[in-house]
Amino acid sequence: MSNVFTIPVVLGIIYSGLRLATPYLYAAIGEAFAQNSGVYNLGVDGIMLMGAFSGFYVGMKTGNLWWGLLAAMGVGLLMGLLMAVVSVTLKAEQGISGIGLYMFGLGLSSLLFKKTMSGVESISGFQPVRIPLLGNIPYLGDVLFNHNLLVYGAFLLVPLASFILYKTPFGLMIRAVGQNPQAADTLGINVDRIRYITVSLGGMLAGIAGASLSISLINLFQENMTSGMGFIAIALVYFGSWRPLGILGGALLFSFVNALQLWLQVLGVNFPYDFAVMLPYAMTILALAISVRRAAMPDALGKPFERGEF
Amino acid sequence: MKSVLSRLLMLVVLVALLLSACGPAATPAPTQAPEKPLRVAIVMPSSITDMAFSQGMYEALVKVQQEMGGPSKMEIAYSENMFKVPDAAAAIRDYASQGYDIVIAHGSQYGTSLAQIAPEFPNTTFAWGTATDTFADQGIKNVFAYNPSAEQGGYVLGTIAALMSKTGVLGVCGPVEAGDAKTYVDGFKYGAEQARPGVKVQVTYTGSFSDVSLMAAAAETHIAAGADMLTGSSQSVVGAIGVAKEKGAKWFGQQWDQTSLAPDIVVASQVYDYTSIIKDMIAKRKAGTLGGVAYTLTLANGGLTIKYNDRVPVPPEIKAKADEVIKGIIDGKINPLP
Repeated sequence: MSNVFTIPVVLGIIYSGLRLATPYLYAAIGEAFAQNSGVYNLGVDGIMLMGAFSGFYVGMKTGNLWWGLLAAMGVGLLMGLLMAVVSVTLKAEQGISGIGLYMFGLGLSSLLFKKTMSGVESISGFQPVRIPLLGNIPYLGDVLFNHNLLVYGAFLLVPLASFILYKTPFGLMIRAVGQNPQAADTLGINVDRIRYITVSLGGMLAGIAGASLSISLINLFQENMTSGMGFIAIALVYFGSWRPLGILGGALLFSFVNALQLWLQVLGVNFPYDFAVMLPYAMTILALAISVRRAAMPDALGKPFERGEF
Repeated sequence: MKSVLSRLLMLVVLVALLLSACGPAATPAPTQAPEKPLRVAIVMPSSITDMAFSQGMYEALVKVQQEMGGPSKMEIAYSENMFKVPDAAAAIRDYASQGYDIVIAHGSQYGTSLAQIAPEFPNTTFAWGTATDTFADQGIKNVFAYNPSAEQGGYVLGTIAALMSKTGVLGVCGPVEAGDAKTYVDGFKYGAEQARPGVKVQVTYTGSFSDVSLMAAAAETHIAAGADMLTGSSQSVVGAIGVAKEKGAKWFGQQWDQTSLAPDIVVASQVYDYTSIIKDMIAKRKAGTLGGVAYTLTLANGGLTIKYNDRVPVPPEIKAKADEVIKGIIDGKINPLP
């Protein structure tokens, strides 16, 4: 095994791992905002698909990827808003409405794809931008600082989300609403409004997650192209104990192990491929079993807020 | 109330049976009533535009339909994205009970369900693949099976890839180690190794037919490890083709002509052509045989073809070698699997 981890292999794992982690980071951090305020949205995968389609379609038609990204954000925001209406205002069972939203996104993105395009086409997505100075570091510059903007964005989102959640009054309100909405309400915080904002923001980030696939990493749209990534993103929120840094750890673990197992196969390490494919999931479950802090779960997660209900 | 309803229903069924039994006898029918169109239904795991497995079958049906004279002669109904087997089984049963003449279950994962459904509809022709079992040993007589010998084209493409490669490293992006994906990959690897001893063929499997993202990462890994010629199987390879395009590697298509996805890098594709087996099934059904034949798509019977892309020229001596290999496989002199 010692000869497996040569420098090019380690660099390759880092490069692919960062790319694989990108959509998970957007989707999971968006979900973390929603869950910290007490709403879990199982429709992330459906929003990602709609984001992937609208980003791709608008980007292709206008020839401007920024319009595509904006469209993906807008569509994600609207779908998040829809989830908020159903789960916050109408107080529907969150699990079921989330699954409904997932199926809606899966079906609608496939339908739109079929009606607007004759088949799978690829476009030229966001190009890698080498960061000055840092990009010139030998070895690491290429794998760490020569990515496209959406990849950088995903990693910058982690400290930003941490800051918002833990260092701003708004973040305090989000967590208060998720831990004890009644108490927050008596302090004059508008519980429903906070939840509307977080669920919509989560939807917008899920939209970007989808677009990161279709206009920055894979650069095409195919029906059901996420194949369940949104659900893994939700699992990562639990894995990360609802903290952006924890989510980053989970996303990197999952992605690096995935990149590693591909390298093991490429290098012809004598190792059944079934086991290699299982590895990222097995590692994630293992780490989850060891590390998860149940106490970190927002107390009001999944519970609709009724005023004056104690 | 319920019993009244069920009696009524029984009566209706009886009358219908009687009528249908009497029908042909009462009218010996030399009259030229417009012939009812042949009704064909297909259930498939991905979409009709997947550039791979499902599109190949769908386009073959459309081609046969055109040759027969359009929708008035042959009706096509389809259900796509039936990646969940219970959903697919329900769709297969629905089509059969709606009186479709031929119902195609396009996926080896549908076999078990089909073996249960087929005996209930003895007048319907069923077909499934990729498979070789017509369930004749279970006494079922109305099921056809079809199986592409994917290793044949794999061997040919492996030969071309090995001879064209500058680095001497080839990357194969496999989905699940099963069915025609496995035989294709094995044939490709063997063909490459026979054509150029010492060539390195790296094989990965993602464990999924649909995970585009992981397939793209697999292609990235192959290229980082030195591969300059890539291939793969299943609808998820579109992700790998995108990466190959970005990084300037060449691609060899499988199941369907994948040139349109990346016209500058696709060298050649193995294309499945189901038209002849569809026509044969229709002819057999007309002659009263509803199943029992296991078809194989091969280079010899035209079910498999190698399609080159004019925009990525293959050097003439390599093309000549490929033709020689194709001939060898057709003649049976070359066995495409080790």
